[in-house]
Amino acid sequence: MTTSLAPARRTSPRRAASRTLLYAVLGFLTLVVVFPLVWMVLTSFKTDADAVRNPYSLPNPFSTEAYQTLLLSGQQPIFLWLWNSFAAATIQTVLILATASMAAYALARLDFAGKKIVFGLIIATLLVPPVVFLIPNYLIVENFGWLDTILAITVPGAAGAFGVFFLRQFFLGLPVEVEEAARIDGAGEFRIFVQVALPLAKPALATLAVLSFLGNWNDFLWPVYVLLSPENMTLQPGLAMLQGAYRTHFAIVMAGAVIASVPVLVLFALAQRQIVDSVAGAAVKG
Amino acid sequence: MVADVAGAVVVPTERASVQSGGRPASGRPVARRRRTLVAYLFLAPFLILFGTFVITPAIFGLWISLTDWSPFREVQTFVGLANFIALFDPNSTTSADFWQSMGATAIFVVASVPFLVVIPLFVAVLLNRKLRGATVFRTVFFAPYVLGVAIVGVIWSYIFDTQSGILNHILGLLGLPDDIPWVVDVPWVWVSLVGVTVWWTAGLNTVIFLAGMKGINGDLYEAASLDGAGAWRSFWSVTIPGLRPVMLFITTTTILASANMFGQSYLLTAGGPGNATRTAIMYIADQGLSQNNMAPASAMSYILFAILAVISVINFRLQRERSEKGAS
Repeated sequence: MTTSLAPARRTSPRRAASRTLLYAVLGFLTLVVVFPLVWMVLTSFKTDADAVRNPYSLPNPFSTEAYQTLLLSGQQPIFLWLWNSFAAATIQTVLILATASMAAYALARLDFAGKKIVFGLIIATLLVPPVVFLIPNYLIVENFGWLDTILAITVPGAAGAFGVFFLRQFFLGLPVEVEEAARIDGAGEFRIFVQVALPLAKPALATLAVLSFLGNWNDFLWPVYVLLSPENMTLQPGLAMLQGAYRTHFAIVMAGAVIASVPVLVLFALAQRQIVDSVAGAAVKG
Repeated sequence: MVADVAGAVVVPTERASVQSGGRPASGRPVARRRRTLVAYLFLAPFLILFGTFVITPAIFGLWISLTDWSPFREVQTFVGLANFIALFDPNSTTSADFWQSMGATAIFVVASVPFLVVIPLFVAVLLNRKLRGATVFRTVFFAPYVLGVAIVGVIWSYIFDTQSGILNHILGLLGLPDDIPWVVDVPWVWVSLVGVTVWWTAGLNTVIFLAGMKGINGDLYEAASLDGAGAWRSFWSVTIPGLRPVMLFITTTTILASANMFGQSYLLTAGGPGNATRTAIMYIADQGLSQNNMAPASAMSYILFAILAVISVINFRLQRERSEKGAS
């Protein structure tokens, strides 16, 4: 399979050999990445005893017992966790896009008293590790009565400086002529922002959306501490709880992992180019 | 870097009105005040969030660290630097545990960062060649990252299981020792934690390296090959110098990510054996949020912050020096 992928052009034997080696290495790495996921799916269709006794064989017998136990128990509302994760990531992403784009536009395009102080303050916090905010933010969220609610995992996380910094860079790179023309036509600042600047910023907004969504989706420590009841959890703390509840039941925990990962992987497969380009592009340009 | 920014803040703001913005600064104070009002209306939603959940906790956290804060006490008293001094006093209750967790964090950073930089760099070099299916490989290698640490930790904790885990079974089939305590005993716990982190996040650094490589001028490779440079030579004299800014970004973010490691230890080893893999973040979160030791925990978070800031500055300086040497 590996050699047939090599270009049909006449190639020297040495080149062909190095090509084969290249595909062999990449094939091996693919196996390393994919194998645990395949194993997860296979294990989820085993019976408990089969999973422990024969970790590397195909399910024998093929069984949906793990899924039934997991979904019928009612103790681990895994579809609710999935929904909560999607809802939280979406809400936080919208919140970041709305607030950061307005702030970034002001910092890039408008002149006002105190601009340097505001921008300096925002940038200064970019390098502070999240652990510094952990305890005080927990107390603040507790004081607001937000513990164990979706507000705790969406609002504080939207206050980060990155989005403003990132979008400001993008606005600075845009030509001002169109905005100027609109301004001469008497358009108000907010109309210029919505009708001229935002449409031009679509690629940057899309990138920020991907990064924000992934960031919220992957967050682990904060939801582990601020979410308490099973029905309010997101996938990350939920799965950790699932593992604690069924520690010795391989198949059941793997069934949970399958349910949790399939929607993510499908979404990723559909939007992989946008997602990968966003993450890489933001890092290289930013 | 923080200090540079802080320095910039002191610049009188009146002068700021002259620069950029595209609109000539008008001298009329009414117009000026109106412009400022409009700008702050744009900034308001973000600044409310930023003030509440970034500025307030930064100051509040510092205040907590200077008091004997406890959720069970009505009045908090100012204790100065006592919480900080206690962390450097070997007889205090938290000092030994805190420095053990800092040590565990240091071990993880030192053990994981080289792999998290070198393996993605190697894979990116492979994928950067004219290659059928390069996008497919890129997608596959990135995929684990989108799963999140919980799914990754859960899957691997069963793969690593000493008795029934598939890893030891496979090793047994190959005639190797099949009773390795992957998530139970040192030094294997470190191998597992680093391995899982590489499996989970190597794809992220790979796609960033790849994007950096796409930005290198192809003529440089041609010139190098005309000069008789082979693949190895052109890697060192074209790829590596061309990747300098990306390399600085990746090493900085990877060091910070490893220094903030939490989920892997939480899910795979629960900090064990005997707190050997309990990282600083894990200890701070536990002390501050589970044990209600908020004042010492806040002091710890500021110490960790200070150390990370120093490491970031050193890394930044080192890489800049190297690039200056390379240029001359």
